Amino acid sequence: MLLIPCPHCGERDESEFDYGGRALALPALDASGDEWHQALHLGNDSEDCVDEYWYHAGGCECWIRLRRSLSNHAFVEPGSSTGVID
Amino acid sequence: MKYSAASLLKQALGGQRKWPPFVAPTILKPHYDIVIVGAGGHGLATAHYLAANHGVDDVLVLDSGWIGGGNTARNTTILRSDYLLPASFALKNFALELWAQLSQDLNFNLMYSPRGYIDLAHSDGELEHFMLRANAMRLAGADVDMLNRRQISEQVPGIDLGLDARYPISGALYQPAGGVVRHDAVAWGFARSASSRGIHIQQNCAVDGFDIQSNRVVGVATPQGQISADKVFISAASATAPLARLAGLRLPMEPINVQAFVTEPIKPVLDSVVNYNAGLCYVSQSDKGELVLGGATDGYLSQARRGSFARIEDTLARALQIFPFLSQLRLMRHWSGTADIPMDGNAIVGATPVDGLFVNCGWGYAGFKATPAVGWSMAQYLASGELPGLLQPFALERFASGALIDDAGIGPYPWRH
Repeated sequence: MLLIPCPHCGERDESEFDYGGRALALPALDASGDEWHQALHLGNDSEDCVDEYWYHAGGCECWIRLRRSLSNHAFVEPGSSTGVID
Repeated sequence: MKYSAASLLKQALGGQRKWPPFVAPTILKPHYDIVIVGAGGHGLATAHYLAANHGVDDVLVLDSGWIGGGNTARNTTILRSDYLLPASFALKNFALELWAQLSQDLNFNLMYSPRGYIDLAHSDGELEHFMLRANAMRLAGADVDMLNRRQISEQVPGIDLGLDARYPISGALYQPAGGVVRHDAVAWGFARSASSRGIHIQQNCAVDGFDIQSNRVVGVATPQGQISADKVFISAASATAPLARLAGLRLPMEPINVQAFVTEPIKPVLDSVVNYNAGLCYVSQSDKGELVLGGATDGYLSQARRGSFARIEDTLARALQIFPFLSQLRLMRHWSGTADIPMDGNAIVGATPVDGLFVNCGWGYAGFKATPAVGWSMAQYLASGELPGLLQPFALERFASGALIDDAGIGPYPWRH
């Protein structure tokens, strides 16, 4: 069970959240197919920690951005509010 | 040794002390034609068919753990081929044909049980979609039926068909050839057959590097030394992506946790495999009498092999919605493991940009049923160099070219597949 540190609401149970996946650096809309392929399909890095989005559906109803370890689920930095997915 | 009534009798007279080991002990050679990384079902099936179908036995299978100690031994053992898209259907339906003969082919009792697979629909819209899938399967030659509520109650007496249920059941897709097979026996059966045909299987031997010269793999590095090879085939489920990184490759997939559960054993109550689609929960009863339950993935990236309690609660709640009597039972075991889920939710099988290096991964939580078909086809590919038609759609290039096989139409969000 994850306790997700929402920057607005404090630590909350994972069941209050929707997952938004990795915070990928996406190219411009008119970028080439290969650039989109690289960003969308191969944006996964080799590091253990990922930057990712969570939506606090059962709380502040904001998208937040957090950094988490995949091997032990620890959140390694305080969360930041995004308001919208950037 | 061939297992038979005669060998049983002979060993019984010898006090059961002279059974040979399943897998012969191996002294590693410095070179093999083919090195397979991963001694799970898929890797061992490939080894078996290389020897059995193509006479290629200069093969080494390496595993960082033990035979069938990974996802092969941690799935819910369900066999089915109820897929709408032709590529997904064809491979899994070929696997169903192979499963039916496999115990005889391997001379090993896999406890194959084609008890029927029942996929429940909960609305008219869902039923219509299931009918579309059933018709596509019929056109492709599969035996499949639609069940109405009365037929479901005859097939599955313990099911809650109440119209006041939270998600009432409106009908089902029924595949009689679906069923279960004992997962450990699959790994052991393939390993025993491969070993008896001269293939080397080395357990507790991880690969920690690849020898790549001018974009061609020429060997692997292990703690037990360098081993040169003409071809290397990585078939290591969620460990495939980290292994491929050692060879400079990035694979379009993500690690996500999946859980499964086993209740205490009870007398026979369920003689089919039931899949509940309001949320997700699949249930079957093992030969020991335990109810085996699985659900959706945990829904976020993870390599922790530690299940989320929210998913346990959700899966068990769905299980009770199908079978209210389950509330009387305690869970005996529960496990979780890492599924490797690609950006379109479908497997990646075949060649890579590195010459001589092949991968088989991305089966997520749906790879067990495909085991013999992948082994059969990959063995053909590795032995002849010709890519079998069944595997062509699963090529790694499809992500760059856009020819994705997204069965559920979900998009590049592996945690939703």
